[in-house]
Amino acid sequence: MALTGIQIFKLLPKTNCGKCGFPTCLAFAMSLAAGKVELSACPDVSEEAKAQLAEASAPPIRTVAIGAGDRALKVGGEIVMFRHEKRFENPNGFALLITDTMDDAEVNARLERFKQFEYERIGLILRPELIAVKDESGDASKFEALVNKIKQSSDGSLILMSGNPDILAAGLKVCADRKPLIYAATKDNLEAVTDLANENSCPVAVKASSLEELTELTTKLTEAGVNDIVLDPGSRSLRQAFEDQIIIRGAALIKKFRPLGFPTIVFPGEMTDDPMKEAVIAAMFVAKYGGIIVLSNFYGESLFPLLVERLNIYTDPQRPLATTEGIYEIGSPDENSPVLLTTNFSLTYFIVSGEIETSKVPSYLLVKDTEGLSVMTAWAAGKFVADAIAPFVKKCGIGDKVKHHKLIIPGYAAGESGGLEEELPGWEILVGPRDGSLIPAYLKTWKS
Amino acid sequence: MTLEIPKTLYSGKVREVTLGKGDKAVTVGGESCYPFYLFEGEMPHLPRIAMEVWDCPPEGWAEAALEPFAGVTDDPVAWAKKCIDDYGAEMICLQLISTDPNGLDRGVDEAVEVVKKVAETIDVPLVVFGTANHDKDTEVLRKVCEICQGKDLIIGPLEEGDHKKIGAVAIGYHHSVIASTPIDINLAKQLNILLGNLGVPDDMIVMDPTVSGIGYGLEYCYSVMERVRMAGLTQQDEKLQFPIICNISKETWKIKEAHIPTEEDPKLGDVKKRGILWEAMSTMVLLLAGGDVVVMRHPEAIKLVREMMSELTAK
Repeated sequence: MALTGIQIFKLLPKTNCGKCGFPTCLAFAMSLAAGKVELSACPDVSEEAKAQLAEASAPPIRTVAIGAGDRALKVGGEIVMFRHEKRFENPNGFALLITDTMDDAEVNARLERFKQFEYERIGLILRPELIAVKDESGDASKFEALVNKIKQSSDGSLILMSGNPDILAAGLKVCADRKPLIYAATKDNLEAVTDLANENSCPVAVKASSLEELTELTTKLTEAGVNDIVLDPGSRSLRQAFEDQIIIRGAALIKKFRPLGFPTIVFPGEMTDDPMKEAVIAAMFVAKYGGIIVLSNFYGESLFPLLVERLNIYTDPQRPLATTEGIYEIGSPDENSPVLLTTNFSLTYFIVSGEIETSKVPSYLLVKDTEGLSVMTAWAAGKFVADAIAPFVKKCGIGDKVKHHKLIIPGYAAGESGGLEEELPGWEILVGPRDGSLIPAYLKTWKS
Repeated sequence: MTLEIPKTLYSGKVREVTLGKGDKAVTVGGESCYPFYLFEGEMPHLPRIAMEVWDCPPEGWAEAALEPFAGVTDDPVAWAKKCIDDYGAEMICLQLISTDPNGLDRGVDEAVEVVKKVAETIDVPLVVFGTANHDKDTEVLRKVCEICQGKDLIIGPLEEGDHKKIGAVAIGYHHSVIASTPIDINLAKQLNILLGNLGVPDDMIVMDPTVSGIGYGLEYCYSVMERVRMAGLTQQDEKLQFPIICNISKETWKIKEAHIPTEEDPKLGDVKKRGILWEAMSTMVLLLAGGDVVVMRHPEAIKLVREMMSELTAK
């Protein structure tokens, strides 16, 4: 697959014009091979070379776009088996199931939940992306009406589920412009569904009864010009479904096996009737290679941890998550409440804020931007020292919120207390504990 | 095109380690493939669940976590028995919370007496976890090793700073040890080497990579564990071929999400189910990364994880 720098160099203009920002074409080619720049940075590259490079650099797992607008989603595009090898690229999508045999009240309740279930964590919005509309009635007009209703009242990206091409066509008639995922092409309807995908330019899921059959079907689809494909190997026992996910990812990445080089779709709700277990199965697929995870219903107690797990697993291991710099109020603090300081590594923030909450002592937590480094690392790197902390404390305005002007710094930054007292005249610097778990005990002794 | 099923080239195996003694002893480890990759190798022993018992009445536990143990949380012996008799625990993990110098700071003799009573009452393997305070753990765990001679406990955490003092006594009284390091594969390997140098036999070591749950650093321990398994199974790194223990439940139940009442934030759903799922889901993910022994708390979370393991290994 990926070309070497030298191979890429041969396709470039070799003019060393420098317009791309690199001194030579070779330097640019090397950066291109390392994935650090885009080919479009070169204004003079030929169309032919572009096509060749695109073909050669086509990812082993295709990135498939589903939906339009705000909740549009990209899945696939993965390049590693284990996240520590580089990172997982495109977070899986979560879909809520709605069927055309549900009564209006149920449909409305589900649409409402889909809209409501949105969470904020470290400045990011976590929410589901998709609604899977399933034909259970066998009635095309009923299905079409439901798709239309959902389209009107929700901005969720759509999955249209039916084995019957006529019913799928009825659904597509009202929502093709939203680029829904068509689920699914099978060996029995392949031709008709292929046509639907082509006519409507929509991505299509393929459902088979084995990986071999899946291979045959995707081969036929790509021959017919359909490239945006999502895979369902059909397995519904836990063991088989788990194995299939791993084999599909491995075949695509290790064997460069194109017919399986697509993202997957999984249905934990078809593997159990217990919503609790369904959540644990979904948790497994977040870690092990599910592309779209369709849930039979949404419950806050399971959707929220799943969204957070997804955030964790898809975090770039080379770029720790950071939280925003500023003043965080924990438990309605007032002018006599303690002021604590920490860094903006998200884990540090979660642990410190959690411990303050546990203490039940209302407090201000000052979070200093340390580029996502923890206290000890940030201190060692010179990003959490008196010179850096003092301007932040002055600027953030905490001085106007409290009367006492006492600042509690982490135990690991104790060495900065002298410097801080110099830089922050009028402030008394208190050295707090080294370990977050000791914060509650420490705060219990607080006196303004 | 013919489907080519990729196969990982494994060159090593996780060591088999037997914990406890007698009829109820359990063997863990022995995997010759990544967790649950049964199409590539074998997992001769299912991961085991050690049920968590505290040596003092728990403070600040979520109601959902207390409910299954109503009436026994002030008596570690009764608590452990309940885990075994009512919830089918195959192992018990006694957390010596009371010994924490920053907490109750209970004295050595008193703490050891509790361990002794529990060890004498139960016949399943007993994990004894200190508080990771080197001085206190050294005092307490050394005494535990001595007093519980013949019980073949699993003692931890042994960290770089106290592994010699605790390790030497553990060997003397034939207890297994938990080599504990802070989320770092190199430190983990180094401690395993140090324990080997000290004379701890290979089949008496389990590794604790330091774990956390969903939303609180899961991704770090997840990847460290995956790297440990990769090194042990595919790169012949013998010093990383030890079973892994994950002391996870106390991490997931202490977070605020396990406590926020249903009414306070309806979007977070039912508080009881949320706590159970946070534990079950976090544990499941750690099992996928290579956990061999998981410390768990809530019987319903345990049931979910047991079902998952059994279906993932179904014939």
